[in-house]
Amino acid sequence: MLPVTPIPLDTLRRLETPEGIELSLRVAGPVARALAWSVDGLIRYGALWGLLMVLTMLGGGGIGLWLIALFLAEWLYPALFEVYAGGATPGKKALGLKVIHANGAPVDWPAALIRNLLRAVDFLPLLYGFGLIAMLCNRDFQRLGDLAAGTVVIYRDPLETMSQWPPGPALSPPFSLSPAEQQLFIDFAERGATLNPNRQEELADLLASHTGQYGVAGIERLRAYARWLAGAST
Amino acid sequence: MKQRPFEERYAPGWQAFAACLDRLEHPNAAQKASQTASLPVAELPAAYRQLCQHLAIARSRCYSGSLLARLNQLALRAYQQIYRTPQRRWPVVLHFLTADFPQRVRADAGLFWLCAALFYLPLLSMGLMVYQAPELIYSLLSPESVTELEAMYAPGKTTADRKAADDVAMFGYYIYNNIGLGFRTFAGGILLGVGAAFMLLLNGVFIGAVSGYLTARGFIETFYTFIAGHGAFELTGIVLAGVAGLKLGWAVAAPGRFSRVEALRRAASGGVRLILGVVALLLLAAFIEAFWSSNQAIPAEIKYAVGIAGWLLVILYLTLAGRRAPDARFLSKTDQPEG
Repeated sequence: MLPVTPIPLDTLRRLETPEGIELSLRVAGPVARALAWSVDGLIRYGALWGLLMVLTMLGGGGIGLWLIALFLAEWLYPALFEVYAGGATPGKKALGLKVIHANGAPVDWPAALIRNLLRAVDFLPLLYGFGLIAMLCNRDFQRLGDLAAGTVVIYRDPLETMSQWPPGPALSPPFSLSPAEQQLFIDFAERGATLNPNRQEELADLLASHTGQYGVAGIERLRAYARWLAGAST
Repeated sequence: MKQRPFEERYAPGWQAFAACLDRLEHPNAAQKASQTASLPVAELPAAYRQLCQHLAIARSRCYSGSLLARLNQLALRAYQQIYRTPQRRWPVVLHFLTADFPQRVRADAGLFWLCAALFYLPLLSMGLMVYQAPELIYSLLSPESVTELEAMYAPGKTTADRKAADDVAMFGYYIYNNIGLGFRTFAGGILLGVGAAFMLLLNGVFIGAVSGYLTARGFIETFYTFIAGHGAFELTGIVLAGVAGLKLGWAVAAPGRFSRVEALRRAASGGVRLILGVVALLLLAAFIEAFWSSNQAIPAEIKYAVGIAGWLLVILYLTLAGRRAPDARFLSKTDQPEG
């Protein structure tokens, strides 16, 4: 058996592929999705407003065309983009989100239609009330439309981390570490850039009994261990 | 092997792999002055399997999170390129309309009759009640709406009242309103079927009330020649939208041997295909309603004949079309028979 990486305290969805490996998807929560929806709303209603100005000049026929445009914007705009633009409406793209099948495959027409037609219910009683309740009731933040279509909304790109850390000495840790513990050291070094110095010190001080160092020296000591564990050439 | 040497050994291969994915994901983007040579597409599957192996190794050796994340991302992108559903267009559309859709309707005959009852019983009873007591219409419609309604169907209106441009405007309105209603009926079904059943009842009550009222007022020819042409397609479309909706509700209420979510997913997969057929029916209805029903130059006899022909066509289509077509031949893999 593989020594499975510990289940992270993160909104990750595990997905097993036919090749026998596990991929992880970072599912997106309600806030990012609400923002994406607002961006889409601005785009849609902006375009409809512009179109109305133009089409009213054409009289009755123009109104008919505008109503068809309204119908398409309301029901099919998200589905069209999700199928033909890599799973993301412009709003989702702006927030780095995309829709995929829960089995990892790109979203296809039936699924895109289901999830977007069921928006009508997710939106009830107002502003995605049912959708929010459904999202909070399952691990993958799926609203009702996502549940019925078997889709999830994920972040397109992995979290930014620093894979190149500043050079420095590499030190063999004077204690034995399990593989998972070794990974914690390397993760600490890699995520240094995303933590502020105080937080780094705070974390490093937790291990002071092992490193014998406090404060900045402790951080440096942990980084040195991490370099050795990652196999950096000294 | 420690992480750094591992990364250094395989990084060039990963870069070529990523370049290949970039090219597949953005086929239109002009090949940027790429510093890294892209892998030939034919070698992608083999390279993907190798990448999976690297990811598995990296995981079992507990390499760092950022390396795992990078490999995970590459594997995910390749997975989406390799396991995508093939896009087949016109043959599928044709097969859907000539065989698949009527087959699906027949497969749900029970739900169809239930929805028909939920729609036509209120329609008929409301129609009769309002015919007996026309003032009942005011319990549903405001006096202004009733005046408008009367104005619309009052006999003696001349054709000159309505121009071609108005026909297009009404066509847009019927699409926006009727197909939107069909979609809402379907979506409402997920609430244990209540939403769909409610929409059927509501539509039945309103259509019945209006018909009863106009009949009682004696606007028979103007009203019935108007609705004759598109009635078959529109009323059947409404009922079938209810069927699609109740399928969802039924799956949630009685998932049988599946988990509730799995049952819902299967029902939605069938339901959305019914809804596509509903869209086709309602589009046809909207077209007829806007450009044929509104044309008062056509004699009443012809309009009634066309109306009856429409009903025959719908009945024959739903009962006979696709009887001999091979079942489930073009169906996608997500589309297993519902349990």
